[in-house]
Amino acid sequence: MANRITLQIGRYHPEHDPEPWFESYEVPSRKEWVVLDALNYVKDHVDGSLTFRWSCRMGVCGSCGMMINGVPKLSCATFLSDCAPGPVRVEPLKNFAILRDLVVDTSDFLVKLAKARPWIIRKVEKPLDEEYFQTPEQVDAYKQFSMCINCMLCYAACPVYGLDPLFMGPAAIALAQRYNMDSRDEGAGERMDILSQHDGIWGCTFVGECTKACPKKVDPAGAIQQYKLTASIEWVKALVLPRGAT
Amino acid sequence: MINPTEYVPKCYYPRVSTYWWVARWAYLKFILREVSSVFVAWIVVVTLLQIQALTRGPAEYEESQKWLASPLIVALNVISFLFLIFHTVTWFNLAPKAMVVRLRGKRLPAAAVAAPNYAVWVLLSAAVAWIVLRS
Repeated sequence: MANRITLQIGRYHPEHDPEPWFESYEVPSRKEWVVLDALNYVKDHVDGSLTFRWSCRMGVCGSCGMMINGVPKLSCATFLSDCAPGPVRVEPLKNFAILRDLVVDTSDFLVKLAKARPWIIRKVEKPLDEEYFQTPEQVDAYKQFSMCINCMLCYAACPVYGLDPLFMGPAAIALAQRYNMDSRDEGAGERMDILSQHDGIWGCTFVGECTKACPKKVDPAGAIQQYKLTASIEWVKALVLPRGAT
Repeated sequence: MINPTEYVPKCYYPRVSTYWWVARWAYLKFILREVSSVFVAWIVVVTLLQIQALTRGPAEYEESQKWLASPLIVALNVISFLFLIFHTVTWFNLAPKAMVVRLRGKRLPAAAVAAPNYAVWVLLSAAVAWIVLRS
């Protein structure tokens, strides 16, 4: 008989349940299985009503983020064998409203992401037949921050976001920094107006857990602290220089 | 304009526990790091009080030394000293996150950014120890 492992899965049905509860399922524990495989096993063979998000199964889409044994992780990148002997506690991402079972409401993150203006802003666009050249050093300056897959594990790891939902959050600020560091971008001033507010970079108390949770090694905590340094320098410039920092 | 027929799902909003910071060692370490600032402030106050006593003459200074030697203040200062070390180490270790230092286009590793901080700390501590202990 194959090895088996118990999953304790957070369940919540908005029409029946006043609050979430846990249901236990025993599933086969195969060496090559990740937690997402076990969830799909439950969905396919035990309880078809179990609801969760997933897509690529290879750590690229950022859909299957969950709390696994209390730690925010991609369920497609967490091996069951690493959770042995179990039980494995699977909950929806912390700090978000729960829509159903393991599905959380991502609207707040999406609104904040748009506020950070994560796209290249140009004062004047070059004609379409001209290119924007970059040296390898210029690409290196922002490449790390461009690896973000919007999985929101950093939001689940951040106690500041849990306590103050107005806080912009790690990924949105890291993505703003990704474009600020891009030599093709000219929108740093626009972003600074939004992110240098209290709910932006200054809300961060540098717990650092966002960086540890990030499956893509984006280092949002580093991005925020670097942004703080830039904002402080700009503030001093605006104070000292006769025509401000611009 | 808000669409009145827009679907608004019913959600469960989990509450953050008052004791969220004891749930994980990383969170507890963060809180201890924040608390360490209080002890840093305490050491600053003690130093200022000593300077004040020094300016008021030998008698006052002698009195302040007696106060510093009382068991309660010694215990408090030992705890403060440990927190001060914790504060300094965590601060220096975080410095490379905020400072991106590039040399010939390449980012310096974290250890190379933190090391000069530690070096200056050791040098200054040695200088202070030399001044205090030479007599």
